Amino acid sequence: MSKIEIRSPLPGTFYRASSPDVPPFKADGASVASGDAIGLIEVMKTFQEVPAGVDGKNITFLVDNEEPVMAGQVIAEVEA
Amino acid sequence: MTIRSLLVANRGEIAVRIIKAAKALGIRTVQVHSAADADMLAVKLADAAVDIGSPAPKKSYLNIEAVVNAAKAAGVDAVHPGYGFLSENADFADAVEAAGLIFIGPKGDAIRLLGDKVAAREVAAKAGVPTVPGSAGRLATIEEARAVAAKTGFPIMIKAAAGGGGRGIRIAADLADLERHFPQASAEALASFGDGGLYLEKVITKARHVEVQILGDGQNFIHCFERECSLQRRRQKVWEEAPSFLLPADVRTRLCDSAVALAREVGYRGAGTVEYLYDEVTKEFYFIEVNTRIQVEHPVTEMITGIDLVEEMIRVAGGAPLSIRQEDVQAEGHAIECRINAEDPAKGFLPAPGTITRLVVPEGEGIRFDTMLYEGYTIPPFYDSLVGKLIVWGQTRDACLERLKGALEGLTIEGIRTTVPLHLALAEDDSVRRGAFDTRFLETWLETEFAAKAGATAEVA
Repeated sequence: MSKIEIRSPLPGTFYRASSPDVPPFKADGASVASGDAIGLIEVMKTFQEVPAGVDGKNITFLVDNEEPVMAGQVIAEVEA
Repeated sequence: MTIRSLLVANRGEIAVRIIKAAKALGIRTVQVHSAADADMLAVKLADAAVDIGSPAPKKSYLNIEAVVNAAKAAGVDAVHPGYGFLSENADFADAVEAAGLIFIGPKGDAIRLLGDKVAAREVAAKAGVPTVPGSAGRLATIEEARAVAAKTGFPIMIKAAAGGGGRGIRIAADLADLERHFPQASAEALASFGDGGLYLEKVITKARHVEVQILGDGQNFIHCFERECSLQRRRQKVWEEAPSFLLPADVRTRLCDSAVALAREVGYRGAGTVEYLYDEVTKEFYFIEVNTRIQVEHPVTEMITGIDLVEEMIRVAGGAPLSIRQEDVQAEGHAIECRINAEDPAKGFLPAPGTITRLVVPEGEGIRFDTMLYEGYTIPPFYDSLVGKLIVWGQTRDACLERLKGALEGLTIEGIRTTVPLHLALAEDDSVRRGAFDTRFLETWLETEFAAKAGATAEVA
């Protein structure tokens, strides 16, 4: 079983949900499809979706909600 | 009392601008910064710097307690709020004064009054300033709304009294729309702002954004002529000019006088801007709102009048009377400001933070570049994308446009994408040269003319 990394395309602040009062895009351990959004990056007052980019299952987030991230930083891992 | 030291409660280019003005007045400067901004230019230029918290604005630049505590600990006389962040927060102005310090801006009560959209409309009407046709104040019932719409006609905007900045607005195309939207808008305003109050304003479809710079010391009130800021994307100004060159002389006089009347009505102190919509066909102007702070585009006014607005607002806050009388304010020539953002205009204005590897700033007569950039600086992703303002002056508007093209070509910012290519295309555009634009021009132009140009360039490359 191999792990696949999902990296942030941009630097900024990472959010797991589209607003504070809705559930996260993906719960811990959920399966993802390549086109699914797994979170948002706030960069310079605009919000960009982070697509999973891969199909996988049992997602593990390595970055907490509202934490700063660098471009290319691994945000989450999934099992292929 | 004369201000001997001040705290800069902002970041970026405006923090640099405030420090320069303070230094010219012999004032000691203390710069606040978040953990992400320890390397910013204003920190290097200030006499001292204070770390006020983590990168998120609400934990640093928007944290009233942290900023006021930093000012008290630094022992400064005054606080300059810049623009954005806490600059129009009446509670912040009050907190600064409660700490025994000077807030460089109007009193908290004036900020509160002019920040309430319905109250500001009433103040404007009282001062004889034309407002957008609509309701006199808050509307209690749909019957009242119907009566107002019968007078103004459609389309009409339903606005939340507690809204602002484009939030809490619905547009009704006809009476049926109004009947349907009115109760929903009220419920939504109550949920969003804790205040279900609504008012109506007619939609002015083809209009220019024109604004008047005002200065006051609480006793004397003057204007420093107007600016033309119609080139906007998503309600954000992109390119600004002074003066509004197509305005007839008699309209200019009435417009500027109305802004002074409004300033007098509230006993204004400091620098401010009265914003209007101007209908070129009917030659009518309508009050929109007052910004109770220094604005991003203030340099175009400085370039045509020779007045240093930031120095003047600091002097006035220290208790001095205005150093200039209305008859001393003379406008000469034409100025244009281009907002240089860290965004890629060829990719839908995708934000582009990063490290500056090379910076060449054009120099020469009539060219000014306000910026916080330096070679090796890394722009953090947590704040606004504005990284600099290129301001160019010329004896005529045509001469100004020519000089602007040369200045844009001479401006090199490597390491990040910027909006310089957008401004070059605007400077060369025929509609822009003729002044044939309104507030809706830029977004359409971006989708058509600029997209075609960007596409053609991409093919060549």
